[in-house]
Order: sequence, then C-alpha cells, then structure tokens
Amino acid sequence: MKSTYSGKLIKRSYSDKIFDIVNTMIMIMLLFIFAWPLWFVLIASFSDPNQVWLGNVVLWPKGITLDSYKALWEYKSIWTGYANTIFYTVVGTVFNLIITVCAAYPLSRKDFLPRKFFQWMFMFTMYFGGGLIPTYLVVSDLGLVNTRWAMIIPCAISVYNMLVVRNYFMNSIPPSLQEAATLDGANSVQYLIKIVLPLSKPVMAVIALYYAVGHWNDFYTALVYLYDEKLLPLQTFLRDMLMSSKMSLNNLSGMDAETIARKMQISQTLKYSAIIVSTVPVLCIYPFIQKYFVKGVMIGAVKG
Amino acid sequence: MNRIKTNQKKDNLFQRLLRDIKRNWLLYVMILPVVVWFLIFCYRPMYGVLMAFKDYKVKLGIMGSPWVGLEHFKRFVNIPSFKNLIRNTLTLSIYSLVAGFPIPIIFALLLNYLRQPRLKKTVQMVSYAPFFISTVVICGMIAIFTAQDTGIFNTIRGWFGLESVDFMAKPEWFADIYVWSGIWQGMGWSSIIYISALSGVDYELHEAAIVDGATKVQRIIHVDLPSIKSTIVMLLILQMGSLMGVGFEKVYLLQNPLNTEASSVISTYVYSVGMINSDYGYSTAVGLFNSIINIILLVTANAIVKKLSDESLF
Repeated sequence: MKSTYSGKLIKRSYSDKIFDIVNTMIMIMLLFIFAWPLWFVLIASFSDPNQVWLGNVVLWPKGITLDSYKALWEYKSIWTGYANTIFYTVVGTVFNLIITVCAAYPLSRKDFLPRKFFQWMFMFTMYFGGGLIPTYLVVSDLGLVNTRWAMIIPCAISVYNMLVVRNYFMNSIPPSLQEAATLDGANSVQYLIKIVLPLSKPVMAVIALYYAVGHWNDFYTALVYLYDEKLLPLQTFLRDMLMSSKMSLNNLSGMDAETIARKMQISQTLKYSAIIVSTVPVLCIYPFIQKYFVKGVMIGAVKG
Repeated sequence: MNRIKTNQKKDNLFQRLLRDIKRNWLLYVMILPVVVWFLIFCYRPMYGVLMAFKDYKVKLGIMGSPWVGLEHFKRFVNIPSFKNLIRNTLTLSIYSLVAGFPIPIIFALLLNYLRQPRLKKTVQMVSYAPFFISTVVICGMIAIFTAQDTGIFNTIRGWFGLESVDFMAKPEWFADIYVWSGIWQGMGWSSIIYISALSGVDYELHEAAIVDGATKVQRIIHVDLPSIKSTIVMLLILQMGSLMGVGFEKVYLLQNPLNTEASSVISTYVYSVGMINSDYGYSTAVGLFNSIINIILLVTANAIVKKLSDESLF
C-alpha cells in the first residue's frame, strides 16, 4: 500500500507537485472567503454588541448573549413580513407548479399539433418583454395592485423552469408507457397524474425549490406592486432594516449619550440577527437539497 | 389552379387542427390557462409598449392618447445624465462579464484537479450557498463589511496603515463593490455547469497526454479547455445578450444619495421616472431603448460566434 503511494508520488512531476500545492492553498483560501462572511454574521448575532462594535469579534463569538434576538422579537413588523412571506412562498409555489405542469406536459407530447407554435410563443418572452410600466399597467387594470395576488399571479411561470420540466418529461419517461396507459383506457390527464408525475419526483422537487427560493427572496415584486404595510414581505422589512439607518436615528432627542450609543449598538446587532432569522430557513434545508439543485442545473443544460 | 391549391392547404391545416382538438382536447384544456396568462401578462404589455411613441394619458388609454413619434427617445438622448447612465450601465455589465465570466471556469478547472476529495466536496458545497441568499441580505452584508468604522475592509486597511474609507459613499468604489460581491455570490453556482462538462471529458485523452509527459497545466490548456469549448461559448453568448441588462434589484439596493454618480443605470432610471414620477410614456421609451439594444447585442454575439465556431443558440 505504502509503496504504490510513493510510486504515485514519483510519477508526479515537479511542476505538478507545485500545481497541487498551490491549488490546495487556493481552495482553502476560497473556502475561507466563502464561509467567513456568513460565519461572521452568525457569531456577531450571538455576541455582545459592544464587542462587535469594538471589532473584537472575528473568529469566535465574544460575550455570548441573546440580546439582539430579544430586540428582534420586539420588532413586530418583521414578523408580519415573515408570515406574509411564508404565505407567498407556499401559495405561490403551488400555483407555479400547477401552471408549469399545465404548460410543460402538452409541450412534451409530440402528437400535440400546435406544440411548436406554443413553445415559440412562450420562449419569445424570454428575450423580449413589455417592460416595467406596461406590465404594471396591466396588473393595475386587473385590480391586483396592493393585493396579495400581485405577489403570486404575475410571477406564475418561469419559461426556463418550464423547459426543464418539459425536457424531463420528454427524455426520462419512456413513451411506451403512454401507449400502455392508452390501451388500458386512461386519458391524458389520468396518465399525467398517475404515471408521469410520480415518475418525475426529482425534477418536480428541483423546480419547486427553485420557485420557493425565488418567492422567499423576492423583493422587486413587492417594491413595484405593494404599498400596504400589512401585505409587505420579509425582504421589504429587511431592506428598511439593513440598508437605511432610519430606525436607529428615531427618537434620539431626550436621551443621554450612553443610551444613544447603546441603542445604536443594539440596532447594529439587530441587523445580524435579522439576517440569520431570514436566511436560516433557506440555508438549513440547503445541505439536504443541494444535490437536487445541482441536478436541476444539469437537466436545464440539456439543449432545449 | 394555384388558388385551389392554397385553399386546400388551409383547409388541411384547419381540418388537422380540428381533428387534433377532438383527439387531444384535454391537452388543449390544460394549456389554455397558460396561454391566457401569457397573453395577459406578457403579450398585452408588449402591445403597451406603443405608449413609448405616445403622450400617454391614463384617461385616454393607449389607443386614445396622441402620437408623439420619437419625442420620448429624443428627450432621453438629450438629458444631461444620458451619457452617465449609458456609461454606468456599460461599466457595470462589461466589468461583470470580463471578471465574472472566466472566474467560474478557472474555479471549475482547479476544483477538477483537487486531490483531496473531502476538501473538494466542502468547497463545492460552501461555494453554492451564497447563491441562495437574497439580494437584500447580500446588500445588507455589503453595507456591514464596508462600514467606515467597524467593517472588515477598513480593519484590513488599518493593518496596512491606510486611512479608513466610507466605501458606499464613494462613487469610485461602486463598480468594484457591485462586481466582486456578485462574483462572490455567483461563482460557485456558475461553476456547476462547467464541472459537469468537465466530468464528461474523455479520460483517454488525459491518459494519452500523461503518457506524452504533459503537466497538469498543459492538460488544462490542451485537453480540458478544448473539450468544454462549446459549453463556454454557449454561456458567453447568453451573457453577451444581457450586456445592457444590468439587474435592477442590486443596483437599486446599493444606491444612496452619495454614490448616484456611479450607481444610476438605465433600469433604475426607468423605475424612478416611471414609478416615482409616473411619467409612463417616457419610462416605457427608455425601457424599450434598452431592450432593443439588448436584442441587437444578443443577435450580433450569436452571429459572430456562429461564424467563428459553428456554435449557436438559435
């Protein structure tokens, strides 16, 4: 065992050895660059605000407290946003999946006459669209502005995801199954629900996750279509919290310098706990579903 | 004679369609809501683009509003910030392309030659994670890390005896912040497609190269790169097409009154004149201007690449 290992070592040329060492070093550095910012936010959220403020928190938490989580708990609007986002994500994703399958399945059937026409009609919208204002006016004419539906209906389908599903239906499900099902007297819908969809669980999982992450992270749709505070999603509140110093500068009058400093520190660490609380649902399921995401990219890479 | 022939053809298509509807009526029922959705949310806005050539009044509607021809376009070209908008849009997109396109390829190649399988897995997994973080959180993190007093970048500058800089308030730093944070967020994810392409490279080619005494660097250049060329070209065309399409969300979130000189791009301009000033016709014209340039770029890039290497999108 040992001899084969050293044999391999001898085979590797001098320049290859340098390459391997440099490569390993680059990768360890990259690992640090990718992981540290996330790690820092996590430890800062558990650390004493004062220590974070002084720059003493670098690799490990200092003076562990839950102060910033307590402060976040009292920040009511973010929880309204949380509830709204859960609603938009769940309802939106279910709606997306239904519409996506309704488009992908007929387009995957070679005996469907207007298949080429509809495919062209859908794909054209990937390259050209009406733009912000014309779309806004359509949504507004339908009376959807400032309703929950504005977060769901205008984003009903992503053509890219639809093509991924269609490719899967066409390439991974043997057409002989359809002949068999037809002989047994099943119609298209029965065949789709009883045979195609159960066989397509991996791709449906990938697409569901794509859509769900999209809804969870969506900031733009709410910016354009919503203004009622009760309807706003998490990302909008996060933005107010992270990108503006509005709330830390509120009601500063009538406080002594120490309280102000304390308040500002808390509002600073509040940012860390807010990031953690809003990102944790996505990052927690991430390691388990990672392989599916990768699979989704591969399926999509098959030229349409 | 001729007329009869064409009539027959039309009848045939129509008859075939009728027959197909009878046979596959369930498929038609299934796709109908999707078609209606596309007509309402994609094709009706395209018709609404007409307001780029009109003095649009909500009361009059698109058809009733008077034509103004190219008036809105002339106005856009003549605003004082026109050059600035174009320059910023191009700076951000070309910089993103030049820096952001090769890096995932290099990353994938290096990862492919990494000898420690566990390190490889860990790096891969960690590098994909930032992709799932929302733009809002990414921008919040940028604000935290570039902060003047406690941000890590200023701490590092402090080690080298440099004075601290309020990065977000300085227009000259905007492009760097935008592009490199984008690379941090996207490089792992963009590398997946190259990693999968590399795993498909014929290993016999590598064996032959090894027998010939090729080093790893030589193998990368002469075996791996030629083998994944078509993937690279395809993705390059796609990115060229969106050269003028600098995403709205991130620029909008990073924008503040102190850095607008570098951070006002076409898409944020479309938003501010359209949604904030409610200047609908003009905003639509600016958006149309942008998407026409995009399409021209996409088609040109596709044509050039087709000529050079026989690869194309369409």
